[in-house]
Amino acid sequence: MADFILYALIAGLSLAVVAGPLGSFVVWRRMSYFGDTLAHSALLGIALGILLGINLQLSIVVICLASAALLIFLDQQKTVAIDTLLGILAHSTLAIGVVVLAVSNTAQINLEAYLFGELLTIATVDLLWVVLSSVLALVVLIVFWNQLLSITVHEELAEIEGVKVKKLKYLLVVLMALITAVSMKIVGVLLITSLLIIPPAAARQISKSPEQMAILASLLGSFSVIVGLFVAFQADTPVGPSIVVVATATFFTLYFFPKTNPLKR
Amino acid sequence: MPNPTANENTLLSANHISIRFQDRQILNDVDLQIDHGRIVTLIGPNGAGKTTLVRIILGLLSADSGDIWRAPELKIGYMPQRLQIESTMPVTVKRFLKLTGVTDPVAIQTLLEELRITHLSEQQMCDVSGGELQRVLLCRALLRKPGLLILDEPAQGVDVSGQAELYQLISKMAEQHDCGILMISHDLHLVMSATDEVVCLNHHICCHGKPEHVSNDPAFLSLFGTTAAENIAVYTHDHNHSHDLTGNVVNEGKKNSG
Repeated sequence: MADFILYALIAGLSLAVVAGPLGSFVVWRRMSYFGDTLAHSALLGIALGILLGINLQLSIVVICLASAALLIFLDQQKTVAIDTLLGILAHSTLAIGVVVLAVSNTAQINLEAYLFGELLTIATVDLLWVVLSSVLALVVLIVFWNQLLSITVHEELAEIEGVKVKKLKYLLVVLMALITAVSMKIVGVLLITSLLIIPPAAARQISKSPEQMAILASLLGSFSVIVGLFVAFQADTPVGPSIVVVATATFFTLYFFPKTNPLKR
Repeated sequence: MPNPTANENTLLSANHISIRFQDRQILNDVDLQIDHGRIVTLIGPNGAGKTTLVRIILGLLSADSGDIWRAPELKIGYMPQRLQIESTMPVTVKRFLKLTGVTDPVAIQTLLEELRITHLSEQQMCDVSGGELQRVLLCRALLRKPGLLILDEPAQGVDVSGQAELYQLISKMAEQHDCGILMISHDLHLVMSATDEVVCLNHHICCHGKPEHVSNDPAFLSLFGTTAAENIAVYTHDHNHSHDLTGNVVNEGKKNSG
């Protein structure tokens, strides 16, 4: 197998595996617009990284975290509704990102690659980032799994039972920023959230426990990556969107296939 | 003004608690003491600060002034007013109970049997009905073997016949598991017989003491009206009144009809 296919496969699969449990929390905690906002701000991270000449992955992570912190701060002021805030931040960071890219005199920058991903040109160092970040995030999720579930079910009960609610919420935000940053290369700004929410939403249809849902989501995500890559090669379609199309197909198959769906009423 | 003095049986005492939200004084110099094996019921009109006081006692909110004393090693079991599990999360009752960190299957099974909800253990949380959900929440609160059980309107959303049963179950469980209880309740006629002490709160403590004492207290009567007092005194099951926002009795029979 050619190196670039192998690289694409490894990167895509490690992301799909961690997206299962992480994306489940995004679905349970209704954070999908938050994920979108992080993803949009990632473009500003790239623009600033290019402008200042620093490591792009690092600048994306930093900008994602800064946007998350700004969002949490603004939300606490309670003067503007959270969905409005998310919209403002998502679009303004995207716009500022595009403007900064335009003035930073790098004519050779390919905006489309960042918007939709370019998995096939992934470099060894990028692959390393993706794999290490995914493994790290997965380990953290497994270690704090029960506590994260507990705060998702009922924050006050969790706090009374001795769980450090605030710290865990921040931890989840940091993990999302990290995974958003490294998945830029794979599916791009516009499609990152889909990889986080579509497989868990599909897995929900046939799951009876949170663990089942997370693992199934990882498997469905991996399936989407493999089939998406295959389709992209066969039909010469863009890789990121192809993966998302396959994931969407699995979602609707499970959603409208009532016999495999004992939980749906 | 009560001025509780802690003794060796005291589980928890709140001393001179005051808090204000913006320009509204919610609690003003409130004292409260819960002793081992006692049931203390907190009553008061809507907006009187009952839930705020409980949140302070639970450590979820810090008071502007005053302090909370807890017996060393005291574990608190809390039963929230309501708990809505998102249908996006598949979780069985048993898995929900294990979120406490207590995973011993024998302990869980025993408690499920005591609460007569063994049949629910494999059911999805989002499918459990109101009355059963309260039992599941009680089960979760008891699972950590608490010394003090705190309940915020435990019978809300439970039908009338289920309410009396739930309160009986709560006092039975508290006795069996040897824990004190602090609860907020609007169901005066149902909780009074089992209550050792009633604390009537309206930003400050209006009156407190044994139910029969409180029901004759002028401060109580001005807050809840004479019908409520009669309900306590004669312990009837008559559900033909409800309270308006200031706590006065209105004879519309709406509150408990559902």
